Amino acid sequence: MDERFGLDRKVRLLGPVPLDSGGSFAPVEIAYETYGTLNEDADNAILVCHALTGDQYCASTHPMTGKPGWWARMVGPGKPVDTDRFCVICANVLGSCMGSSGPASEDPATAVAYGMDFPVITLADMVRAQELLIGHLGIERLHAVIGGSMGGMQTLTWASLFPQRVARAVVIASAARHSAQNIAFHEVGRQAIMADPKWRGGAYYHESDPPTAGLSVARMAAHITYLSEAGLTEKFGRRLQDRTDKSFGFDADFQVESYLRHQGLSFTGRFDANSYLYITRAMDYFDLADAHDGRLAGAFDGTKTRFCLVSFDSDWLYPTAESRRIVHALNGAGADVSFVELSSPFGHDAFLLDNPELDRVVSGFIGASA
Amino acid sequence: MSAPLPRRLRPDLAIIAQHIEPFARMLDIGCGHGDLMAELRSRKQVDARGLEIDPHLVADAVGRGLPVVQGDAGRDLADYPGDSFDYAVLSQALQTMNRPDVALEQLLRIGKAAFVSFPNFAHWRVRANLAFRGRMPVNRALPESWYETPNIHHLTIADFRSLARLRGYRIEKSWYLTGGRARGERWANLMADQAVFLLTR
Repeated sequence: MDERFGLDRKVRLLGPVPLDSGGSFAPVEIAYETYGTLNEDADNAILVCHALTGDQYCASTHPMTGKPGWWARMVGPGKPVDTDRFCVICANVLGSCMGSSGPASEDPATAVAYGMDFPVITLADMVRAQELLIGHLGIERLHAVIGGSMGGMQTLTWASLFPQRVARAVVIASAARHSAQNIAFHEVGRQAIMADPKWRGGAYYHESDPPTAGLSVARMAAHITYLSEAGLTEKFGRRLQDRTDKSFGFDADFQVESYLRHQGLSFTGRFDANSYLYITRAMDYFDLADAHDGRLAGAFDGTKTRFCLVSFDSDWLYPTAESRRIVHALNGAGADVSFVELSSPFGHDAFLLDNPELDRVVSGFIGASA
Repeated sequence: MSAPLPRRLRPDLAIIAQHIEPFARMLDIGCGHGDLMAELRSRKQVDARGLEIDPHLVADAVGRGLPVVQGDAGRDLADYPGDSFDYAVLSQALQTMNRPDVALEQLLRIGKAAFVSFPNFAHWRVRANLAFRGRMPVNRALPESWYETPNIHHLTIADFRSLARLRGYRIEKSWYLTGGRARGERWANLMADQAVFLLTR
């Protein structure tokens, strides 16, 4: 039994991980899960990259919420990403709070949590940490890297930084850069956290009352961006919550208010406020063209990786135009690229929800012989 | 010399498939389910890419493992760098485009050569419909009524030749079909219901 594979794995890698901000980070702890079996040639591995508040529990029950994995409908035996055929790896990103090194981890130098002493990281730093893990697992070349939203940004970064290690890249509901609007929404979230007196400059780990109010508001604001207006209207309309009349007060009169408050509160039970600051920062700093004099095609010059991009017509967080921009750059680089805009009423969250055409595209793309 | 025509391909696509060189790079514009691409990839190791506007057809094609980009040929062809393909293929779609002349120009910018197939509006049945019944034709090659047809720019074989001459494109080769069967060039503008042209700059 190879201890490196299975559910709820954790590894401490010496690294170091070179950081975009200068300097490096070591040692790096990575919490991850694997599903399925790595074959003898180690060429059937698929890395699934999670989104901002996701984690390594993509296909197994979440230990804190008891809910099914966040992509259990996509990853598993007989699923589009078929674990009977592929060895699927999903790792908690650097900076997060589900077991990988992040602001809540203990700094070996001081024996207390890093807090705001944790270095400001980037998407590329996250990917470099994952690359250490892939090496540790003995995988030379990944059959595919797949991700939605921030997971798609990691996937693009993988293909750009380590093209020889990525045979296929599936980028869903994502973008090659954060827009002003994306940054603006994130800034609202960060300010909500930092305005909470319980945030205490990030040093709240030894207190009994972390900044849940701020984190909750951050989640509420972000959650709106994951849904479409039509979706919200259909789900809630102007319906009132547990009452027949307006209260003429500031309770959660409307169902949509009650829903958002619930989303915000339940989020604080599983996520760390500082991790939210660090990861949103990493996303805001993300612009794949930066390292190539602003020319996105430069990120893919000479690539042999096959790309598949999917956007959703109701996603206004990372709209189709952003995917098309990537397709344009990939065409410019002569890359093998597929792209489709799928229809869904569910906004950005569509990539997590049931969509038979998405399943068909993903399974067909990763199943095809190169 | 010539291999038998692949049976399941539409006749104009079969002609195109037969005349694309092995190992070439090819862009199929309006590729649909990707039948031509699949044929060329499996039989001739052609590096075939597709462009298709209908997302369901794109999902089908990508689901078959084919590299297809969803897009509008009228707008998105401009995104492809010049000379990026040996062949650009536009089958049964020229007459649906807003600016067929601009599309042809893009085809010959992106591809070193272009295959174009289209229904011939000067076929005698069409002429007869117009001349004797005074009606726009509805037949096997043009199955939709005038008010619902995507064919907004009907053209004839003679029209196509004239445009090619006007723009200085070289017609390397041409093929004519009647009821799916190949026929000669003689009287083609009257007798052929389909034409396939191979153009170069």
